[in-house]
Amino acid sequence: MYQVTEKRDVPPNIKMFKVRAPAVSRKAAPGQFVIVRTDERGERIPITIAGAEPEEDTVTVYFAEVGASTRDLGRLGEGDGILNFSGPLGNAIPVKGYGEVLCVAGGVFQGVNLYLAKALRGEGNRVTCVQVAKGMDHLFLVDEAREACDESYAVVDDDEGGGLKGLVARLLDEKKMSRVFTFGPVPMQRAVAELASARGVPSSVNLYPVMVDGTGMCGACRVTVGGATRFACIDGPEFDGASVDFDELTSRLRYYTPQEKIAMVLNERGVI
Amino acid sequence: MPKQAPEERKSNFDEVALGYSEEQALAEASRCLGCKNPRCVKGCPVGVDIPGFIGLVKERRYVEAARRIKETNSLPAVCGRVCPQESQCQMSCVLGVKGQPVAIGRLERYAADYERSSGAQGPARTTRGGGRVAVVGSGPSGLTVAAELQKKGHQADVYESLHAAGGVLMYGIPEFRLPKDIVQAEIEYVKGLGVNLHLDSTVGRLLTVGELLRAGYDAVFIGSGAGLPHFLRVPGENLKGVYSANEFLIRTNLMKAYRFPEYRTPITVGRSVAVIGGGNVAMDSARCALRLGGEKVYIVYRRGKGELPARLEEAENAEEEGVEFMYQTNPVRFIGDDRGYVTRMECVRMELGEPDASGRRSPSPIKGSEFLLDVDTVIVAIGQSPNPIIQQTTDGLEATRWGTIVVDEETMATSISGVYAGGDVVSGAATVISAMGAGKAAAASIHNYIEKRGQSAT
Ligand SMILES: Cc1cc2nc3c(=O)[nH]c(=O)nc-3n(C[C@H](O)[C@H](O)[C@H](O)COP(=O)(O)OP(=O)(O)OC[C@H]3O[C@@H](n4cnc5c(N)ncnc54)[C@H](O)[C@@H]3O)c2cc1C
Ligand SMILES: Cc1cc2nc3c(=O)[nH]c(=O)nc-3n(C[C@H](O)[C@H](O)[C@H](O)COP(=O)(O)OP(=O)(O)OC[C@H]3O[C@@H](n4cnc5c(N)ncnc54)[C@H](O)[C@@H]3O)c2cc1C
Ligand code: SF4
Ligand code: SF4
Ligand code: FES
Repeated sequence: MYQVTEKRDVPPNIKMFKVRAPAVSRKAAPGQFVIVRTDERGERIPITIAGAEPEEDTVTVYFAEVGASTRDLGRLGEGDGILNFSGPLGNAIPVKGYGEVLCVAGGVFQGVNLYLAKALRGEGNRVTCVQVAKGMDHLFLVDEAREACDESYAVVDDDEGGGLKGLVARLLDEKKMSRVFTFGPVPMQRAVAELASARGVPSSVNLYPVMVDGTGMCGACRVTVGGATRFACIDGPEFDGASVDFDELTSRLRYYTPQEKIAMVLNERGVI
Repeated sequence: MPKQAPEERKSNFDEVALGYSEEQALAEASRCLGCKNPRCVKGCPVGVDIPGFIGLVKERRYVEAARRIKETNSLPAVCGRVCPQESQCQMSCVLGVKGQPVAIGRLERYAADYERSSGAQGPARTTRGGGRVAVVGSGPSGLTVAAELQKKGHQADVYESLHAAGGVLMYGIPEFRLPKDIVQAEIEYVKGLGVNLHLDSTVGRLLTVGELLRAGYDAVFIGSGAGLPHFLRVPGENLKGVYSANEFLIRTNLMKAYRFPEYRTPITVGRSVAVIGGGNVAMDSARCALRLGGEKVYIVYRRGKGELPARLEEAENAEEEGVEFMYQTNPVRFIGDDRGYVTRMECVRMELGEPDASGRRSPSPIKGSEFLLDVDTVIVAIGQSPNPIIQQTTDGLEATRWGTIVVDEETMATSISGVYAGGDVVSGAATVISAMGAGKAAAASIHNYIEKRGQSAT
């Protein structure tokens, strides 16, 4: 069992957990994820690491309650145990001196982005951070981002990224960015990657396809990058934004939508 | 051996083969000649004392019979069920020359099941101050290495990346062939020897092989298996509804998707299911698909019936349950609907030419023989290669271009001193008992290695 040592609610439907996992906390790095199973019946849920506190033996994660499994997890409170917490999985994002970098994060991924931004700044990069959410009250970690980054912006936008696009385009045009990093919903990451590619700036996108084992054994997480099939759990989750087949990724993410709806309704009614 | 009737079993996940009654076990055991120079033992990769344990069965000393097997084989209830006995111990039995060989596997199963249900206590924990060994992977090879080392007085710590121990025995082989509570009971036996089991621990990520050695382990054994699924590399393979056999079986067996939504992991099985491949993995996938509601389940195999790599018994079981076999057929592309779900599969007929390197006749497509098959679910079961994480994260570890780890065949030593490997990660996908045989060999040389080190240190 892995104990939840701290829990916080973040609007609209996000939970922050600090989880006691000493070995994971010593090894975790930005871009890596854990796979969590709430209880014996649980799904293996991948969640990105948003911070590691080895001095407290804990790992921080933020997750949105979008379906039955994430709701099961969200019901746990401080002091409760999570049955499985496996990680760190996936490749860490190479944190090195790039120069001027842009970090763009949507929705639940603000903590993940901030974890990377701090590491990048620690390596001497000049970091500009953009946070985007669907509503004013859905933005979080805004003060923390302002403090941690050289420049930071927060915008309200929908997934398609109208206002976000304008801001990112302006930042890319004004500054000579060496690299763009992005986390968030697929349409948002795609928009950011396209803006960067159009200006010849390399972009790093972070892909979250459906996963089961997270160790290269099932192929559920396969994505097409540069025309070749790659497994996001062992070859990623970070990929070159210019090479990803986003249409296929979007389609594959909807694989289980009919089943998930059933599970969600039954879960809300307390049947399962 | 009694079995559940096909009509009944094709809609449940209960065990198909029901096992011997006591009378049947005694009758079968009485056929064994108790040979002085038993040929059967040479056919068993771990050298089970076959006449010895069968002799004990004859005397109705079943618990002792199970103990006798466990001296050399820590997983008898598993091996009794899934060993390809017809090409191993039973193939070598003298009675097989003129008639039926002794059903060694079934007797092994009987003794092991008897011991488990009798609740007999396992052997006492061994606590002699030997070496410390890290074992990567809890499949048959890793469990065997751990158990054998423990018996020799060393401390074995097993690191497993999944949330359950057992490797393919847990995630791959279906419940109806190998019930999971039996696998767990055998793992409890191994734990009872004093083995520490660390789940949720992916070596190469949480800890590397180098870090394990630096952390004070005298030796490391790598038994990480062959779990990386192969795909056909044809158009449309990433459509929804196209699974690797591994994904399909992991969802079904390890995650119990057949009990969705009580168990939260979903699976989709349409009316018409095509399983590509002809091995045991393909048979298991097809039989799971039937049980999950597939109305038409096809095995699509590029060679002929005579070339099926699956055990005959498993192919027959599948056929009895209603799986249809399409031989000399190969998919060339998958076609989807506007929502990205697979709906059809274009296949081509194959003709068989001269035998290839594997001794089987090599198939080649017949021009103009293309046809379409309606499918809602496709399961690709054309093979696996080793899990790549350890090879990628261990400096100096020699591997082949297929990703298998290179070892000295006798000692199982890798290119790194103190690091050993065995099972599917060395041989490529093989069998439970060959993985256990490799584990046994590795444990013996790890023991020697630690003893030698101890001597040179003093
Ligand atoms: C490597 C990785 C890292 C992730 N990191 C985080 C994270 O830090 N925080 C977080 O909140 N979520 C993260 N996710 C997504 C998270 O795993 C899913 O939201 C979760 O599994 C949904 O489970 P559920 O049963 O509650 O919802 P489901 O019932 O499975 O799904 C509900 C809705 O969410 C969509 N969905 C399902 N899986 C995903 C997915 N993988 N990505 C996006 N949408 C999905 C479905 O299409 C459906 O509309 C990550 C996913 C991966 C693969
Ligand atoms: C569907 C199916 C049916 C089969 N049927 C039969 C049969 O009937 N009879 C038979 O004899 N054989 C059968 N086999 C083959 C047999 O199961 C394998 O040959 C055998 O399990 C190999 O054992 P192993 O110990 O080498 O590896 P595995 O059983 O594959 O175990 C490897 C373990 O290592 C873990 N692991 C991998 N990487 C890491 C890492 N980096 N860190 C930590 N842990 C890791 C994995 O999660 C896994 O648990 C079947 C195989 C499959 C897939
Ligand atoms: S372990 Fe397998 S090969 Fe050996 S005797 Fe038992 S059934 Fe036969
Ligand atoms: S060879 Fe056959 S008859 Fe002889 S001991 Fe072995 S099982 Fe018995
Ligand atoms: S999640 Fe199974 S291979 Fe990536």
